[in-house]
Amino acid sequence: MKIQKNIDRRSFLKSSALAGGGMMLSFSWFSEAKAAEKVEALNLADQWSELAAYIKITPDNVVKILVPNPEFGQNVMTSLPMMVAEELDVDWKDVVVEMGTHDNVKYGPQFTGGSNSVRMYWKPLRNAGAAARQMLIEAAAQTWGVSATEITTKAGVLSHSSGKTAKYGEMAAKAATLTVPKEVRLKAPKDFSIVRNSKKNTEGLKVVTGKPLFGMDYRVDGMLIAMIQHPPAFGMKLKSFDATAAKKMPGIKDVFSFKLYDDGFEQAGFDTRTFNEMIAIVGNSTWEVMNARKKINAQWEAAGDLKETMMGRGGKTEKIVPGRLETTSLQFELMAEYAKKPAQQLRKDGDPEAAFKNAAQIIERTYNAPFLAHNTMEPMNFFAHVEADKALVAGPIQAPGWMEPTLIKLLNLPADKIEIQMTRMGGGFGRRAYAQYAYEAARISQKMKAPIHLIYTREDDMTYGIYRPMYTATYRAALDVNKNLIGFHVIGGGIPENPVHANRFPAGAVDNYLAEGWEIPSNITIGAFRAPRSNFNAAAEQSFLDEVAEAMGKDPIQMRLDLLKRAKENPVGKNNDYDASRYIGVLELLKEKSGWGKPENAGKKRGVAAYFCHASYAGHVVDMVMRDGQPYVESVTSAVDCGVVVNPDAARNMVQGAVVDGIGQSFYGALTHKDGVPEQNNFHNYRMIRHNEAPKKIDVHFVENDIDPTGLGEPPFPPVFGAVANALFKTTGKRYYNQPFMSEQSKS
Amino acid sequence: MAKYSLKINGKTQQVDVDPSTPILWVLRDHLNMPGTKFGCGMAMCGACTVHLDGNAVRSCSLPVSAVGKSAITTIEGLSANGTHPVQKAWLEHDVAQCGYCQSGQIMSASALLKSNPNPTDEEIDAYMSGNICRCGTYLRIKEAIKAAAKK
Ligand code: FES
Ligand code: FES
Repeated sequence: MKIQKNIDRRSFLKSSALAGGGMMLSFSWFSEAKAAEKVEALNLADQWSELAAYIKITPDNVVKILVPNPEFGQNVMTSLPMMVAEELDVDWKDVVVEMGTHDNVKYGPQFTGGSNSVRMYWKPLRNAGAAARQMLIEAAAQTWGVSATEITTKAGVLSHSSGKTAKYGEMAAKAATLTVPKEVRLKAPKDFSIVRNSKKNTEGLKVVTGKPLFGMDYRVDGMLIAMIQHPPAFGMKLKSFDATAAKKMPGIKDVFSFKLYDDGFEQAGFDTRTFNEMIAIVGNSTWEVMNARKKINAQWEAAGDLKETMMGRGGKTEKIVPGRLETTSLQFELMAEYAKKPAQQLRKDGDPEAAFKNAAQIIERTYNAPFLAHNTMEPMNFFAHVEADKALVAGPIQAPGWMEPTLIKLLNLPADKIEIQMTRMGGGFGRRAYAQYAYEAARISQKMKAPIHLIYTREDDMTYGIYRPMYTATYRAALDVNKNLIGFHVIGGGIPENPVHANRFPAGAVDNYLAEGWEIPSNITIGAFRAPRSNFNAAAEQSFLDEVAEAMGKDPIQMRLDLLKRAKENPVGKNNDYDASRYIGVLELLKEKSGWGKPENAGKKRGVAAYFCHASYAGHVVDMVMRDGQPYVESVTSAVDCGVVVNPDAARNMVQGAVVDGIGQSFYGALTHKDGVPEQNNFHNYRMIRHNEAPKKIDVHFVENDIDPTGLGEPPFPPVFGAVANALFKTTGKRYYNQPFMSEQSKS
Repeated sequence: MAKYSLKINGKTQQVDVDPSTPILWVLRDHLNMPGTKFGCGMAMCGACTVHLDGNAVRSCSLPVSAVGKSAITTIEGLSANGTHPVQKAWLEHDVAQCGYCQSGQIMSASALLKSNPNPTDEEIDAYMSGNICRCGTYLRIKEAIKAAAKK
């Protein structure tokens, strides 16, 4: 997943001077703000003065901050405005927050994913706040006829040494006419007063009162409801269908088949094509459409091998998608076969062959994991209204910027005739970076010449692909007679993607190291799933290291610390992608906060794991017990280094959520296939972690430092799997190599 | 199609729908009340929870024809503007992540506290297990329920 890492500050400041108002998708305000102020804010539409693209201020000093990135639960509707407000120097109570429109020129990538929102906007948004503050100071200086350097600000008030004061609102109209300054000074972290102080979710009140926020809640007058019927199996396609009965059902407007992409369509990286031809059912209401769909008599046939044309950064490539109908047990057999073949070498340090040849002891273990469905609580859905000369699409989407070029091609409309609105998302986890459902909505609207809302049922959603891939990896460790780790080898592969991160720990800590990977193409579509690849690697590698530590006769945390010390002081190789010091810091904090090795914890069944991904470091100690004959994670201690923590309480919430998610996925998560048909299609057969299975306690601790924020949405997730596996060993005396762990348990 | 007169959030509402239509879709599609959410459609996730005469029910699996004279309360009717103790506790504990499951969680929690004003952890677990939160906010939900119980 490549996205523009940093927005050049100069180009940002230039572009921020562009005018732009736009459609308001959602007003939000803070539950602690005074009600009168909130309501007033809503009535001041004409009175906003826009400063530095992200900020609007009324004469009454209400400050509106526009959020560039779509919200999916990572709290950007709160944390991003906090960053602006910090540098703008306003009272948080005077701030209202609004989702920005889609405008990549004005706001940059607007991409939610890769744990990147805070990281990507940390400088641009603070720059915007500081620039606006500078403009307000300048406006006051001109008004008062004094030097700007003599003016100070505090909580939205400008003051001059002579005793003159003015609220920002009084100077906003004038400030908006000034040039955006090219150079601004940002606060030092020690001076932060909003950032690092927990603020409540700005959309909290709307959530708890059931206000329309989500894509599913989007509606306009005359809107029709649409559903799709996709082929029942991966590798199948539509042969023919009879919709006579369906069309006669009450409330039904039309039933037709449509093609997503025309032949030869050049797909961009995130243009998935799970199925290219589907049946659309369109009618007045959801229930009527659901019922009519059951009356469609469709015939499906094997699709055979398919050719896809991908347009990537490397130019045009053609890819053959195999037509076979896949079955999980056979997939595992196929993976085992591939694992024995020569693979692509990803990294080699020293002489691993010799190390293994000379080893006194070799430990070799293989780890497997199934496909996972994202199962966002809000199923995929999108609104579209495509007209002859323009289009509006609206809904839950992580990557609006990636949709735009595809919509231009699909609809044959210029960019400025396509409006994309982002709603709050009922979860994303990577799934909503793939906009196929939005394209389907656009196609259906185009055909119907009407505004439509495409809705997936849970069954549609779960059987549609874009899964976390299936993975396997074999790890080998070579120990010498003194039980020193002298060689390390990982070979990993998957359907259809290789999981191995060759330059991650313990690369850099072992003299003789080899990483290899392979892939098996498949018609089962896959996509990013919270910490792609890492969510498997951390499970496998961190369980393996636990076994290696045991063989070495070392404490598992100490063993990791010793290796990291080596990587820090005398690293092997050049491309190690982690910072050993931060890794060590997280492990030490975890050790301290969990009371690791302390006599009072001697009786506990504990597992530990730590991992680096998305520029951050996270580790967990999991305490497990047997409850009613089943392993149960009772409490968890977590340590995270993600740099400056913008909104600490919300960050804790996110880490707790990642821990619960990790326990649930590792215990129960699996999407399996029989002859191409997904064997799970709703929550009765796809098990999700529930209230009674969540730990009683999750203590979250952050490393305190002034490093610019790194990622948080993903990094705490992968190490949960490893810590759970290691705690399972302590609890049951058995090592767990295959996910989901509870299905492995039930087999043995 | 058939005409139904429904008591929803203290008001009587008329709808003309197929008798099999679940209350979930009556609320969302016919009465423009989107606070009640669709998650699974088969009573497995709790996103669509409403109160029927004060008891928590899954509206996705409750046909309009089965409601009769019973009173329905939805998240929109739980309080005038988020002032129900459960809603207040949710805000205090900043429970929501994506928020999609939360109207269902709140409707379950408020029904629980009505029938059991002082639930133990185990009772909360047992009652709330029908409500999935994909974002994993279970710990905060439990804290919020316990805080609301004290009010
Ligand atoms: S939508 Fe009713 S329980 Fe899931
Ligand atoms: S908050 Fe996202 S599903 Fe519960």
